[in-house]
Amino acid sequence: VMENNIHQTCDMTMQFMLLFSRQGKLRLQKWYVPLSDKERKKISRDLVQTILARKPKMCSFLEWRDLKIVYKRYASLYFCCAVEDQDNELITLEIIHRYVELLDKYFGSVCELDIIFNFEKAYFILDEFLLGGEAQETSKKNVLKAIEQADLLQEVRLTHWKGLLFPSHI
Amino acid sequence: MALKIVKGSIDRMFDKNLQDLVRGIRNHKEDEAKYISTCIDEIKQELKQDNIAVKANAVCKLTYLQMLGYDVSWAAFNIVEVMSSSKFTYKRIGYLAASQCFHESTDVIMLTTNQIRKDLSSPNQYDTGVALTGLSCFVTPDLARDLANDIMTLMSHTKPYIRKKAVLIMYKVFLKYPESLRPAFPRLKEKLEDPDPGVQSAAVNVICELARRNPKNYLSLAPLFFKLMTSSTNNWVLIKIIKLFGALTPLEPRLGKKLIEPLTNLIHRKIHIFSSHKMLCSQSHLIVSLSRIAVLISLSSGMPNHSASIQVMKYLGLLAMSKILKTHPKSVQSHKDLILQCLDDKDESIRLRALDLLYGMVSKKNLMEIVKKLMLHVDKAEGTTYRDELLTKIIDICSQSNYQYITNFEWYISILVELTRLEGTRHGHLIASQMLDVAIRVRAIRVFAVAQMATLLDNAHLLTGNMQRMGICEVLYAAAWICGEFSEHLENPMQTLEAMLRPKVATLPGHIQAVYVQNAAKLFATVLKNQEGNTDSTAAQETSQLMIDRLPLFVQSANLEVQERASCILQLVKYIQKLQQKDVEVAEEVCALFAGELNPVAPKAQKKVPVPEGLDLDAWINEPPSESESEDEQPKAIFAKEEPKHSRPRHTEVDEKELARRREARKQEQANNPFYIKASPSSQKAYQEAPGVEHIPVVQIDLSVPLKVPGLPMSDQYVKLEEERRQKERADKKKKEKKKRKEKRSGRGRKHDSGPESEEDITPAHMVDIVTEEMPEVHRSCLNITMNLKGNARTNMISAKGAVSSYVVSGGIFLPVKSSKHKKKKQKKEKEEKEKKKKKKHHHHHHHSDGGGEESVQNGTVEEEEPLPVSVYDIQGNLQDGSQVVVSVIFENKCDSFLKSMEFNVLDSLNSKLQRPEGSGPHDGLTVPFQLPPGVSNEARFVFTVQSIVMPQKLKGTLTFIVKNEDSSTHEKLDFKLHFTCTSYLITTPCYSDAFAKLLESGDLKCSSVRLEGVIMPFHHLLARICFHHHFSVVERIDSCASMYSRSIQGHHVCLLVKTSGQTVSIDAKCDEPTLLGNVLDEIKQTFSQC
Repeated sequence: VMENNIHQTCDMTMQFMLLFSRQGKLRLQKWYVPLSDKERKKISRDLVQTILARKPKMCSFLEWRDLKIVYKRYASLYFCCAVEDQDNELITLEIIHRYVELLDKYFGSVCELDIIFNFEKAYFILDEFLLGGEAQETSKKNVLKAIEQADLLQEVRLTHWKGLLFPSHI
Repeated sequence: MALKIVKGSIDRMFDKNLQDLVRGIRNHKEDEAKYISTCIDEIKQELKQDNIAVKANAVCKLTYLQMLGYDVSWAAFNIVEVMSSSKFTYKRIGYLAASQCFHESTDVIMLTTNQIRKDLSSPNQYDTGVALTGLSCFVTPDLARDLANDIMTLMSHTKPYIRKKAVLIMYKVFLKYPESLRPAFPRLKEKLEDPDPGVQSAAVNVICELARRNPKNYLSLAPLFFKLMTSSTNNWVLIKIIKLFGALTPLEPRLGKKLIEPLTNLIHRKIHIFSSHKMLCSQSHLIVSLSRIAVLISLSSGMPNHSASIQVMKYLGLLAMSKILKTHPKSVQSHKDLILQCLDDKDESIRLRALDLLYGMVSKKNLMEIVKKLMLHVDKAEGTTYRDELLTKIIDICSQSNYQYITNFEWYISILVELTRLEGTRHGHLIASQMLDVAIRVRAIRVFAVAQMATLLDNAHLLTGNMQRMGICEVLYAAAWICGEFSEHLENPMQTLEAMLRPKVATLPGHIQAVYVQNAAKLFATVLKNQEGNTDSTAAQETSQLMIDRLPLFVQSANLEVQERASCILQLVKYIQKLQQKDVEVAEEVCALFAGELNPVAPKAQKKVPVPEGLDLDAWINEPPSESESEDEQPKAIFAKEEPKHSRPRHTEVDEKELARRREARKQEQANNPFYIKASPSSQKAYQEAPGVEHIPVVQIDLSVPLKVPGLPMSDQYVKLEEERRQKERADKKKKEKKKRKEKRSGRGRKHDSGPESEEDITPAHMVDIVTEEMPEVHRSCLNITMNLKGNARTNMISAKGAVSSYVVSGGIFLPVKSSKHKKKKQKKEKEEKEKKKKKKHHHHHHHSDGGGEESVQNGTVEEEEPLPVSVYDIQGNLQDGSQVVVSVIFENKCDSFLKSMEFNVLDSLNSKLQRPEGSGPHDGLTVPFQLPPGVSNEARFVFTVQSIVMPQKLKGTLTFIVKNEDSSTHEKLDFKLHFTCTSYLITTPCYSDAFAKLLESGDLKCSSVRLEGVIMPFHHLLARICFHHHFSVVERIDSCASMYSRSIQGHHVCLLVKTSGQTVSIDAKCDEPTLLGNVLDEIKQTFSQC
């Protein structure tokens, strides 16, 4: 039933994106298909297990249910996207990489903790980059510019959180 | 002072922001759940504040908790509040929370329409942007309809930032509200030539996705895209355009030709080789070059460095090949070795891809070789999943298009036999169905197949040796059937017969045992035939004795099917033995039982049977009883006062759903029946997925030494043999051709006498009976056919309405869970009426809570309109054990939900106890061994131990179960009472009048009597009623006087003398247990007082 749901409701390139740690902790999730919380939980649990069980030198693609899973590991974080069967794997890898570059530029050599403590920022960046599962902006510069502009609009109190937080990196 | 406190608490709450929460969670690793629950309490407090900053902070924390898997749906309204904040800071958080937490079923979404509209038209582009982003995640059909116009306007916004977002989100809007496509399309098309590359690429994206759904409508855009493709330098856009052309070219072949040049250019420019790997099937040029690329990529796998990216390339190469294979099989087939190599890869993704390719690559020539390689992999493979995948692939490859590529079926049979040695596979079913299929359809193979199957049966202990191999024991089903059915080919039928009757067989699953029993009978017939030919008649008698010795094991089986067949055959053999002792030759007649050739039947064969002249299938055989009459004109049958049988006057109105369901059931049945040729692989899958297979626990065991069944041939030898055979054939052919040429020199010479052999030249060693549409000539007795319907005896019992109602009456007891709306049952006892009232409350509750009906059991009153739960149960004493009573309960699910995890529990009394499995406590419930889909009923049996049977007894019980709907499940409880009447301890036992007279004279019996007044029914009805409801049998009847007898499970004799005069019936009774007698008489009285 779940597979059917995914297919009935969406034809867009990307179905969902998950970020999780080596320990299997979810760090970020973005769903471009409307699924119930229960289904989401089940999917991410299954998928995290499957991917963590794979050896480092294996290829980045995985056929899972009716979907194609493209994943890549950056340091301690796994970035994982689900696309449709007919979709292009390499471009999905490229999207993942592009997102990592964006995070890196924004946070300045990004690490897992940046994403944990500023998870809403990570979402904002993702939302400027992808919309409804499609890449909306291919220029990195434009994405970052939009984020900076929006951040400027935000109140001071919120922006200086970042400064307070990161001296120690906990 | 008070102000200070308030201020202080606000500060404290304010202090815990998202970062604090995250840190807190990290510091409370041991009691995370507890910590978070306190956090959630705090958040709830914060949400109650008026300060929007506090609320936003709370919502932000909730969004984080939602990701961790906590339910935050309760805060949906607060999220909307934060979304509507005028400050961007909070709005951004609100929309983020909404996009993470809302889905289509969130009802507050309805409230957001106006807010979103306001934000869309905000002068601040980032407000608009945030709203669009959020909307893309939670757009519903309603929102799409209401906001389509606003978004369409935004497509022409001055800022490209908004334009591109608006264009992209339009796709989501189209999906949810298709009517918006027509008015929006012109503008969308315009955006293809937008000055901003981002907007342009967004438009290409959307149109490409639209075109994939319905390419025809977008053909007119091809020139425009062609221009874009040649001019654009944006790789992302190019990839999308190529994807779009991939959808368009099948509709317009000329397009393909035009594309060759720009595409090859692209490839040469090395812009992402990958981008084109899945398109343009018709372009052989491109394909060849692509396949080269693919091959190059796979070849380079030897390089040690950066192997991860190499793995990526390998995968893509294989994927590309599978696309090419569909149109240009030749160009891929040459890379067979390479692909086989990929099967060794340690990455499962790559191995599976390679397996996929193999399926399309086999030919008559290379099938054996490929399968041989695969078999090697099967031995090596780690992990059952991959091994099972290999197994199914081997079978798929071999059986594809009606065994087209198999030239030697002996080889195939031995492959199948080899596969049975796989440990822990789940696909025993699949192997079994292949064995049956081949043995039935390939006549020539039967001798060989039978020999193989006999060896398998003989070595059955290897297959069933331990529980983990249960999946594979399905093979024995096929083996037993083949040996029985084609027993004339057996070399040593006696040995096989013995193997089939070993005590160990009793550990097999019931449906397999049933086949064993049935086929043992067939074998028996064959053996008899052989032995009677000899002069020595003792051999034949010994065989009968063997059957008589071994069959009782099966007669005791708990499985109805096995029991029924075994007892039937046992009686038959006993009769045969009697005849044998009189020196009568019986073999001929016994064989006649199973005579006749079985022919495969195509699934659609029934359609070909012409309807005999004058037969109108739609006409009524009997006039349907009219509903109004049923009340007063009940048929005056023996149990006249029973509920009228359910008639089905609306049988022509069976709705579509029902039809579909029946069709599905029939398909399932056919798939399980070896006499139906499987129409397509899909039906085979259905067989695989037959219930039960999945549930067999598969545990991998590590056996380094493969289990070789002694005496079985290895499939390898066939590869060699086949080679020799083909060579010989070729030589023969050459000879013939030479001859021919000599004969007609003038004729055109054949081209390929010495060239490589082509597909057509390889003649199969065996032919398959390919029956697709033809009619069967003979169809033998249905005995064999029903064999495959597992446990049909039981299903019949329940599906036949009459049988069910008689069950009820024989129990004489109803579960008191009926609402007063229903007509009171006259048979019911007053006490039960009371209980009914007690139950009503509970009942009502159920009725309201989930639409009536959870657990119910049918009781023959089928005319009920409401799907209220009704139980039927029957209590029967166990003759063998005076202290045991078996209660059969039929559970029927009358609601629309799925019922599962049913637990049946009864509060034991001192006297009666529910038998529970060893090790469970005295209050544990018993799991009902099935689940109930809507509308399904099933029967479960529970054994009770009863110490004293002289008193009736009621046991309270509860049934708990889970009602599972599509989106929720609830745990429900149903209380009931089991009424053990004294009657239920009586067992109908016939008694002769002289024995009866002796019993009465013996003087051991105590006397008692009862008078029934106002009984207006014929005397024979009265007797029948007593017999039926109270398990008596009539010993003798003289005019209006009759003597009756029954016996309790503990051996008490109960004798009745029933006399009638006018409306008065007097019953004089004798029994060796006065209390029991009194109760039985009370019960009889009650039966008649209800008349």
